[in-house]
Amino acid sequence: MVDKVLKGNGLYWGWLTLLLMVMGAGAVAYLVQFNYGLGATGMSRDVTWGIYISQFTFLVGVAAGGLMLVLPYYLHDYKSFGRITLLGEFMAIAAVAMCLMFIIADLGQPMRAMNVILHPTPNSMLFYDMIVLNGYLFLNVLCGFVVLSSEYRGVKYPNWVKPFIYISIPWAISIHTVTAFLYCGLPGRHFWLTAVLAPRFLASAFAAGPALLMVIALIMKRTANFDVGETAKNKLVTIIGYAAIINFFLLGCEVFVGYYSNIPGHMHTLDYLFFGLVDHSTGVMHNNLVPFMRASVAMGILGICMLFISRRQKSDAMLATSCILIFVAFWIDKGLGLVLGGFVPTPMEHVVEYTPTVVELTVTAGVWSTGFFILTLLYKMVVAVKRDSEATLKIS
Amino acid sequence: MDNTRRKFLKLAGLTAAAGVAAPVLGSKALASSAPAAHGEPAAHGGGHHEEAPTGVRHGLVIDTGKFHDNPGLAEKCQKVCHDYHNVPKFNNGKDEIKWIWTEKFANVFPEHSHYKKDDRISSMNILALCNHCDSPPCVRACPTKATFKNKEGAVMMDFHRCIGCRFCMAACPYGARSFNWRSPRGSEDGKPFIEKYNPLFPSRMRGVVEKCSLCAWRTKQGKEPLCVEEANKGVEGAMVFGDLNDPNSDVSMTLRKRFTIQRKPSLGTKPSIFYII
Repeated sequence: MVDKVLKGNGLYWGWLTLLLMVMGAGAVAYLVQFNYGLGATGMSRDVTWGIYISQFTFLVGVAAGGLMLVLPYYLHDYKSFGRITLLGEFMAIAAVAMCLMFIIADLGQPMRAMNVILHPTPNSMLFYDMIVLNGYLFLNVLCGFVVLSSEYRGVKYPNWVKPFIYISIPWAISIHTVTAFLYCGLPGRHFWLTAVLAPRFLASAFAAGPALLMVIALIMKRTANFDVGETAKNKLVTIIGYAAIINFFLLGCEVFVGYYSNIPGHMHTLDYLFFGLVDHSTGVMHNNLVPFMRASVAMGILGICMLFISRRQKSDAMLATSCILIFVAFWIDKGLGLVLGGFVPTPMEHVVEYTPTVVELTVTAGVWSTGFFILTLLYKMVVAVKRDSEATLKIS
Repeated sequence: MDNTRRKFLKLAGLTAAAGVAAPVLGSKALASSAPAAHGEPAAHGGGHHEEAPTGVRHGLVIDTGKFHDNPGLAEKCQKVCHDYHNVPKFNNGKDEIKWIWTEKFANVFPEHSHYKKDDRISSMNILALCNHCDSPPCVRACPTKATFKNKEGAVMMDFHRCIGCRFCMAACPYGARSFNWRSPRGSEDGKPFIEKYNPLFPSRMRGVVEKCSLCAWRTKQGKEPLCVEEANKGVEGAMVFGDLNDPNSDVSMTLRKRFTIQRKPSLGTKPSIFYII
């Protein structure tokens, strides 16, 4: 079964080579950072988490988003998802792997990472995050491979794996909830201190994860001649569309609470993200995230409209565009604005901005490439096995 | 105080649930909680009325007026602290490490800041340092217990255990924590970041968080923190250090006599640093 990854056309090998090159560059950049310290990044005393932790947060969402592809098939016996359920599980594996790499990249003393296990601290949310992320990785590796190898051998997956499949469903919710709790339990960071943070995380995850899968599915339809089917696509459109709408509804709730209550602490970060914020001690306006955040909202709303229209017009190109728009919109929202915005203003109400360095961006690109490398190999396997088993079915 | 009250309520609840008449037990618990509870409201939404029920809790009163009238005194306190503790100077805000420093009133007390402040308050430079909270969010957030409260209530750092995740820095509502973004033992243009290395206190390695420790290494020997000693050399009573749980300590006496404020009391962190404005 694993040997399937060794057979591919020129496009396949070219893509893998490209990813390996970026991974190499990322590794070199990480060595630079490892030798110099995290000062090689743009993070500072005031903005202590940067693009690593924001990518981590976003990718936990992508991993959790796999749930929306797994749940209908296993819990509701929704047969049309037969071709994408495994893709969802394997997407979660790649996403969690990226999350763990981003966490390691962000540690000041990565060699001491095991201290989290050697000195377990149940009052820290990071302790639970460690458990749920590694647990989710384990569950998806187990369920994904058992189900796939059963299919490879032409049998139904064994019953003993069912409990693990059922556990993995609430577990997906837990990974993103705990990740939200990392932020929303901190006093004095008003932007994060909101009870709708976990729900909003889940809503954007359930849109972004399936949106990414949809784009990959449409690419595979062209390059690998692997079609997930119209029914599955229609269902995915519904899921992505409504999850994205719920995310914007929750964002609207945040905006209402901030501006109607008129409490400065609740407005500062929203001001910073969408309009820019003036540092009162220096009089300087800070607004480097404003174009991104405005684009995010515009792209998100446009994406939702196009998503529903694309189904009426049966246009795959439009469907792909709308999913890319939604994915990028939520990447900006959570992968940039949420984490970076939370640090503005500082606890002393100064405004300090963050700009990532080349080293940092290269490491980030390297991690993403590693994730896509894992994803490509896994999907290669799924497609080959699915095609074999379906061919066998046709003959018999 | 809270503890005994909670115990009493639990006890009362239990006896009621069991359907047993509670006068004997109840009155006993009430009697034991009565002397501790005199005249103080229950802890709601922060403020000055919280205490650790037992043991020592070191705290500090800073008389900002005395610092205001003696320009340069705050800087002296900072220098004596940073010199002794090998706090490096990077000359840029991004890598900056500081244990004690000054800020304007509006920045130290954003929640107390208001329209039309008087000239004195507006021009004040106020010392800021770790608040050594009784309920510290940084300790709650740390995934390895590398930051912890010692027996005297000071929030401490274990530089050898810290993994550098900086969760504590996100958790601290006072911006009191610094991170070693690069090695503090290095130098730039031939100038070391630690100007004069003090062999009596360890320098840190890159990738760990550091902060004020309320000079736990000194207070264990019965001495006052360096900044307090330095401040009082300049003006007697500019800083008062002592055990907040001991009603007869200087710091408790000062707190009874003078009106003080704390930084962001509404967050429930229960800071041990008090300010006379």
